[in-house]
Amino acid sequence: MKPIYFDNNATTPIAPEVLNEMLPYLRELYGNPSSMHTFGGQLHRKIEEARVKVADLINAEIEEIIFTSCGTESDNTAIMSAIESYPRKRHVITTRVEHPAVLNFCKHLVRKGYRVTFLPVDKFGRLEMEVFLKAIDDDTAVVSIMYANNETGVVFPIKDIGEILQERKILFHTDAVQAVGKVLIDVKELPVDMLSLSGHKLHAPKGVGALYVRKGTRFYPYIIGGHQERGRRAGTENVASIIALGKACELAKGYLNEEAGYLSRLRDKLERALLELCPDAQVNGDRENRLPNTTNMSFQYVEGEAILLRLNEYGICASSGSACTSGSLEPSHVLRAMGIPFTAIHGSIRFSLSHYNTEDEVDKVIEVMPSIIRELRTLSPYGKEKMQG
Amino acid sequence: MWEYSEKVKEFFLHPKNVGEIENPDAVGEVGSMICGDALKLTLRIDKETGRIIDAKFQTFGCASAIASSSVLTELIKGKTVDEAIKITNRDIAEYLGGLPKEKMHCSVMGREALEAAIVNYMGERRPPEAKEKLICQCFEVTEEKIRRVAIENHLTTVEEITNYTKAGGGCGSCIPQIEEILKDIWAIKIPEMPKVKKRLTNLQKIALIQDIIEKEIRPRLQADGGDLEVIDIDGKRVIIALRAMCVECPMGGVTIDNIQEKLRELVDENIVVETG
Repeated sequence: MKPIYFDNNATTPIAPEVLNEMLPYLRELYGNPSSMHTFGGQLHRKIEEARVKVADLINAEIEEIIFTSCGTESDNTAIMSAIESYPRKRHVITTRVEHPAVLNFCKHLVRKGYRVTFLPVDKFGRLEMEVFLKAIDDDTAVVSIMYANNETGVVFPIKDIGEILQERKILFHTDAVQAVGKVLIDVKELPVDMLSLSGHKLHAPKGVGALYVRKGTRFYPYIIGGHQERGRRAGTENVASIIALGKACELAKGYLNEEAGYLSRLRDKLERALLELCPDAQVNGDRENRLPNTTNMSFQYVEGEAILLRLNEYGICASSGSACTSGSLEPSHVLRAMGIPFTAIHGSIRFSLSHYNTEDEVDKVIEVMPSIIRELRTLSPYGKEKMQG
Repeated sequence: MWEYSEKVKEFFLHPKNVGEIENPDAVGEVGSMICGDALKLTLRIDKETGRIIDAKFQTFGCASAIASSSVLTELIKGKTVDEAIKITNRDIAEYLGGLPKEKMHCSVMGREALEAAIVNYMGERRPPEAKEKLICQCFEVTEEKIRRVAIENHLTTVEEITNYTKAGGGCGSCIPQIEEILKDIWAIKIPEMPKVKKRLTNLQKIALIQDIIEKEIRPRLQADGGDLEVIDIDGKRVIIALRAMCVECPMGGVTIDNIQEKLRELVDENIVVETG
């Protein structure tokens, strides 16, 4: 059974065109781009071609793109570089709802003696701008704020934040892993100094990412070794995956104009139907400023893992912010930061779509979800009175 | 993704005994929605025989919580209250073909609901809440529960306690307290059963003494550059000679006493070790 894959914020399928493009470099063209012979050396040109395509997608200059191994590496590199570049500044600003790649790195910095401000969000997951403005001071080395949240899809006002920081001459990094390829990003218009993106979130394989570093920004490498990436990221290039990322960015640029409309139409249909058919359901996060592909919904009185495993029986893939699915006993830090009641967090489900999803798939989820929720509520000691009432 | 057994999947997808018995003879409610799982168990009990005729459950929680609850009802149906109370969380987990270790707390919840229902049936009052010392604020776990679950399941690490009770799995500020409780529990040595020593023949005794010296005593001496040689075994007298570094060692006397003690413990309490 082909899965109905609505978990594209976790990872995406590799586009067939992308796979075709990369395969020769896993088979016969296995050379090392740093070699003197043509067999290896010719690959250097392919990497540069990929760099052009990645740069194109976000309207960057080619030399502003550094290939990395993943979004996490890009995030870690950006923050570390800022800190190393301004060793006298000991303050970092981020938010409470970042991806662990930023959040836990910042917690690590706290242990290293840095002062970190974790900005709060309101109940819709929106940044409290007042608190942000107060947090900035002369000691601030870098601000790292995600472009869009992976769990709720809520988009932060990166442009407004960037303008403020530009004026204060403070480095600004944004983790745009969830946004690149889904919404239009133009770094010529967006005042950010560094921006992270990840291959496997936009139909390239896992294990490749990129970091945009604006020309003129002080940079300090995180991985030290050979001369690759002009000394900014050592390690023999992941040739096939870099070529794949290039292709994926090229494809994304091609469909970007229709992408948001298509995704939000499917997403909104799903969301509206589930709100209508399932009592005691709600949408978590700011519905006005959201990625077009993401919805985070809570179904009261039932637990997320149970919902996911029932959906799994129909081949439907989604994810949850409940404690049981987090790998720890704590439910989603994002939903908690938003002050969503625990009763709603435990029953939270995220559907995240891609342009490979179809309306039929949405209809299938609309067909099975209400009965799953109903059934699990009959199992639940909290469900009954509510269902009757 | 959790690795659930086929049994867990079966009981999750097709749970048995779902619902609530009207006018039940016993009710056990544990957990809360805030904590992420909760179970309400209702029982019909035959007053004459004390036998559980029917059991139903309602569970808010993940797949393993639902499966554990359902299995609990299956296990207790038809049993008398006295028999049912003997069911442990391990019985529930075993019936399910095992649970992922992080999910053991689901089986503990089942056992707790059963206990609560039986207390309710017996008409006993639960000891006042104030007396119970709350250790984990995040998941409202008391010291009493930690101690009971630790002893019943022979848990020795904080991680295990978290897997079985959730305590320590939230903010983590109670972890030092849990460590103290564990230290306290396992500091009490369970008295070992005195070993019944069989009477040994002389040949068996000699063989045993040689074996212990070869396998246990000499390697330790050799590790410190010393050694020994067995000269003779005569009845209860073991005559040895210290060799290598042991010869010059001012602690030689202590070494001989230690060897004698070991042989007395393992072979015969009247053994005397001498140097030849």
